[in-house]
Amino acid sequence: MAVTPDNVRHVAALARLGIPEAQLAAFVDQLNGILAHVDVLQRVDTTGVTGAAVSGARVEGEQGMPLREDVVAPVTLQSPPVQWAPKMAEGFFLVPRLATHEDAGEES
Amino acid sequence: MSAHLLDQGAAAIAAAVREGRATATQLFAESSARRMATHAGAESLNAILWPATEPPEAAVPGGALAGVPVALKDNFATRVLPTSCGSKILEGWVSPYESTAMRKLRESGAVLIGKTNMDEFAMGSSTENSAYGVSRNPLDRSRAPGGSSGGSAAAVAAGIVPIALGSETGGSVRQPAAFCGVVGVKPTYGRVSRFGLVAFASSLDCVAPFGRTVDDAALALEVISGHDPLDATSADVPVPPMRVGPGSLDGIVIGVPREYFPDSLDPAVKAHCDRALDALRAQGATVRDVSLPHTEYAIPAYYIVAPAECSANLARFDGVRYGMRIEGDGVRALYEATRARGFGPEVTRRILLGTYALSAGYYDAYYRKAQDVRRLIAQDFTRVFASGVHAIFTPTAPTTAFQIGAISDPYEMYMSDIFTVTANLAGIPGMSLPIGRVNGLPVGGQLLASHFAEPMMFRVAYALEEALGQEAHR
Repeated sequence: MAVTPDNVRHVAALARLGIPEAQLAAFVDQLNGILAHVDVLQRVDTTGVTGAAVSGARVEGEQGMPLREDVVAPVTLQSPPVQWAPKMAEGFFLVPRLATHEDAGEES
Repeated sequence: MSAHLLDQGAAAIAAAVREGRATATQLFAESSARRMATHAGAESLNAILWPATEPPEAAVPGGALAGVPVALKDNFATRVLPTSCGSKILEGWVSPYESTAMRKLRESGAVLIGKTNMDEFAMGSSTENSAYGVSRNPLDRSRAPGGSSGGSAAAVAAGIVPIALGSETGGSVRQPAAFCGVVGVKPTYGRVSRFGLVAFASSLDCVAPFGRTVDDAALALEVISGHDPLDATSADVPVPPMRVGPGSLDGIVIGVPREYFPDSLDPAVKAHCDRALDALRAQGATVRDVSLPHTEYAIPAYYIVAPAECSANLARFDGVRYGMRIEGDGVRALYEATRARGFGPEVTRRILLGTYALSAGYYDAYYRKAQDVRRLIAQDFTRVFASGVHAIFTPTAPTTAFQIGAISDPYEMYMSDIFTVTANLAGIPGMSLPIGRVNGLPVGGQLLASHFAEPMMFRVAYALEEALGQEAHR
């Protein structure tokens, strides 16, 4: 499953990372190098092992990861967003104008 | 370095402050002087990126860490000083809220003296991935202090602070502790609240203290542990005393996993491990060979799970709500330009890798498989601890501190976490403490215990530290 330059372009687009073409070949090589090592995982027999709900502390616990009540409590901020947001107006974060929904979500 | 109160244990420092024999302001001044002395010129340690310049208010809380100077890795949200995560994308950012760990330290009387250097977003094993320059190892300034919490380790090793906080995802406190000759503790996942610790890989990340001694680290862990409603993964379990002190190890069984002593292990590192095991036997412990058969798959599993989680967590850095913003023609161009300019190469590489591992057609082959293997790694530990083993002893890292710039291949760098990453995948506690030196460079010994068994881990650590005495630093 070698990674191609098109694969990297695709995942870079999914991750909203603008990678210059000049850097693409290096990332392709590095990802292939890392994944070549990762491929040893395919040798492990994981039949009957369920990967669901693996969490740090409670991998083997009886109850799995405990869930809290889905209630959001406010965290007091020492300064309002207008002091640290790149651009705000009237309580809103500003972004460039979206001409259409496609511009925001699809390849442009 | 002259004998000074700051060179004593954190408990002794706090007692002196509570009893009026010293003040937080005096300790801050001494700590600042040591920082300035070690942070000058081309050989600067560059351990502390953002120092506090104002001395503390006269009255600090008279708690367990009254007046004790502490340093925090730059990925802890603090209301004073920047929180940059070693990244350009958060350059100059000051958090509008405070991490729970910082709050608990502050309420116990600790005084924040600075934020420490780190690999960008905690991704690395040397601090070479910091956007603000590499940190240097105080014991040999041509070498790396390890990472990603290298700045905190170096600050403790240089005597600037007795206690510092780092964070662990795959060994980022234990490995630099080993490289710098200090103590580093990764608690059980869930023991310490992650609220306000900037997320890298949420199922692995832990807040993890450094201390100059086992007692310093145990005291720090006692202060920062405990359930926190602000972290959904924080465990609602009582916090037992960690400062158990040195004592007999009669009846204690230490497991030695053969997979952690490969033929390729540096013989000098192995010799120090053998000496440490002899010291444990002399304290009454029984040493038993054990096997953790899935160890060799830990780094490959980690380098799927951690990048996958990082690719999701780092999506929030988009130039819209906070941090760096590079304008573009449209919102998508804004995202891409901001993230391309803001993230360094290792962070970019891991986001790409994680996005690839989670993308359609590859999810089962990589992410699901890695999670299954992770479960097998955890089961290895469960089996060993269920067989009557109280703690496991291994080397912390396969080598001593390497030269800055010596490792350029990403996977080779990843392998420096080969002995530490298993504890993160399994969620168990682990720690590194000094067990000797090779050519003047520290060697760390690692202790691992079962979930929430930190008191047992500390019992063995106190005994080993006492048994080795000054030999731990020779």
